[in-house]
Amino acid sequence: MNKFWIILFHTYISKLKTKSFIITTLITALIVFGLANIQTIIETFDKDETKHVAVLTESDELYQAFEQTLAPMASDIVIEKMDDTEERAMEQVTAEEISGYLILKETSEGLPEGVYKAPSITDSGITSQLEQALQQLKVTIATTKAGLTSEQIDELYAPVQFSKVALEEHAKSEEELSQARGLVYVLLFVIYFAVIMYANMIAMEVATEKSSRVMEILISSVSPTKQMFGKILGIALLSLTQFAVILAVGYGSLKQRMSGMEGGFFEVFGFGDLPVSTFVYAGIFFILGYFLYATLAAFLGSLVSRIEDVQQMITPMTLLIVAAFMIAMFGLTKPESSFITITSYIPFFAPMIMFLRVGMLTLPIWEISLAIGLLVLTITLLAIFGARVYRGGVLMYGKSSSFKDIKKALQIK
Amino acid sequence: MALKLENVTKRFGSFTAVDNLSIEIPEREMFGFLGANGAGKTTTFRMILGLLDTSDGRIHWDGKKINYENSHMIGYLPEERGLYPKMKVRDQLVYLARLRGMQKQDILKQVDYWLDRFKVPEYATKKVEELSKGNQQKIQFIASVIHMPKLLILDEPFSGLDPVNVELLKEAVVDLKNAGTSIVFSSHRMEHVEELCEHLCIMHHGKPVVHGSLKEIKRSFGKKNVIVHADFDISHLKTLAGVTKVKETAEGLNLQVESEAISQKILESIAGKGFVRKFVLEEPSLNDIFIEKVGASYE
Repeated sequence: MNKFWIILFHTYISKLKTKSFIITTLITALIVFGLANIQTIIETFDKDETKHVAVLTESDELYQAFEQTLAPMASDIVIEKMDDTEERAMEQVTAEEISGYLILKETSEGLPEGVYKAPSITDSGITSQLEQALQQLKVTIATTKAGLTSEQIDELYAPVQFSKVALEEHAKSEEELSQARGLVYVLLFVIYFAVIMYANMIAMEVATEKSSRVMEILISSVSPTKQMFGKILGIALLSLTQFAVILAVGYGSLKQRMSGMEGGFFEVFGFGDLPVSTFVYAGIFFILGYFLYATLAAFLGSLVSRIEDVQQMITPMTLLIVAAFMIAMFGLTKPESSFITITSYIPFFAPMIMFLRVGMLTLPIWEISLAIGLLVLTITLLAIFGARVYRGGVLMYGKSSSFKDIKKALQIK
Repeated sequence: MALKLENVTKRFGSFTAVDNLSIEIPEREMFGFLGANGAGKTTTFRMILGLLDTSDGRIHWDGKKINYENSHMIGYLPEERGLYPKMKVRDQLVYLARLRGMQKQDILKQVDYWLDRFKVPEYATKKVEELSKGNQQKIQFIASVIHMPKLLILDEPFSGLDPVNVELLKEAVVDLKNAGTSIVFSSHRMEHVEELCEHLCIMHHGKPVVHGSLKEIKRSFGKKNVIVHADFDISHLKTLAGVTKVKETAEGLNLQVESEAISQKILESIAGKGFVRKFVLEEPSLNDIFIEKVGASYE
């Protein structure tokens, strides 16, 4: 077998067997499975979570009006009128018989006002629902006082008719855009984490071989260039394996729950109908981004003599990835701004930002091709340059590890 | 297949690491390559292996340049030991030998053979980091010879080994030589070089300062050693004309003399003065020659 393939499969298989790889894959798969079933999980926990709230008030009329307003709004809150003192209510709270109590009063103008007391007010669900109901009650009372009929009130509160229509033929509708945003958001995260993780892995791999001096033997039997690309492709294979596992788990659990998906978490995140092209582009841009940063990481890793120096050496690279991610996050809300358009062509940002644009906008094919073309060109140049640095870098040992070493490494021939 | 270096020079910027070096290493021969740290040995090895280009001059092996096409016939034991610390010994040897172009079946047989030969068969399934330094050294040695190379470069092969293991490895090296391998041997232990090599070269600041066969080098060095142990005061010998170096030992004096003739003068000057327990005239050791030529104190 060709030595290139020996290195590729050695890298792949030895990494595949490591505990850290197995654990991260399992955890990620578990998270994906959890997300896919999040509604079921939340429902399971919330099953008999009906909250009991005592209402202390002197006016029966007010209580009944409040109960009528609240009932259709919040099914999980049960209120009970309490004719006892506040001390008694407090005791019930301490005994955990009720979640909290509401003191309802009538102001001098005859409008309702309330104070809600509970051990802690972290459950904003209860308070906001109580507040809303009270607000609505107040409005009803106030408008009735002003002499308006219920038809007039309805008219007053009916929402205005407003809709948006995109004039461009292929432009995405508002609904589509918000769906795309959710999916792009999730996939951007995946690209970001994967690129950082695997680029790091490459740098560590190279630095480990160098610091343990296995490199000396390796370079006497296989050319550094073959080694470098064998490793990069070996880890690429590893990342694809991980994705395959995660996607299989994700797809499987989504399929299973397809029927019960309406109106829940997935609709919000735009998974209602999964646009295949977005996934394909995510794959393409991840692979290209990976090759770009992996090449960078490989030759940076070849410059350090000790493993401890790896992080220091690749920090600028990591910052570049973080910057791309930050810009992409900004771009989620403004995908059409010229800043995003320009940065989407810069090769170091393109894997995330062009993907963002592709996922959210309808772009002419030449724009996508141009960005991919530039990216491929940069990867090629970086690979040629990186291979030369790598060739010298692996022979260099010293305590310094700075970017000046790149020049030194290039001079070693 | 002989290895030839012709007027090889290597410069890094303004620094000359190797300066006009010419050596020839015939088949079935072990060549001693000596020099202080930083003398240019590793650079020379890297040029032989094709990892570095020469600035001037030519290196060829059997008329061809060494590159990755014929790396399966080359074995290299670098001075800095290196193995994957987390990998098991057998897996490691299989991987490294496959990169030297061997087939897996042959490798497994050879791994068992060598581990048995070095009396460590139980290490096959251990991780390298669990092994002692000396045992790691054996594994490293196996990695460099498992594919039966035709040209073998050994940079400090015996460091960190106890005398028993040194003998085990020495035997293996001699067997390889007799099987037809050309061996370049570098060591700071002069007695190993004296024992194993017929020809040698001492490098100093990139230049070969001594070069030739061991016997000739010793003969042309001229100086001899005289060891005198006596029961009376022999301190006057220290200042005798022709004595170039003096080393006092617990029992007497070790003297370096300019020529054999001086030894006879020494003998005359102590004859009849008392009881002489030891009087020896010796060839200079390689150690003496090295110290003299390189001018640095050594081990």
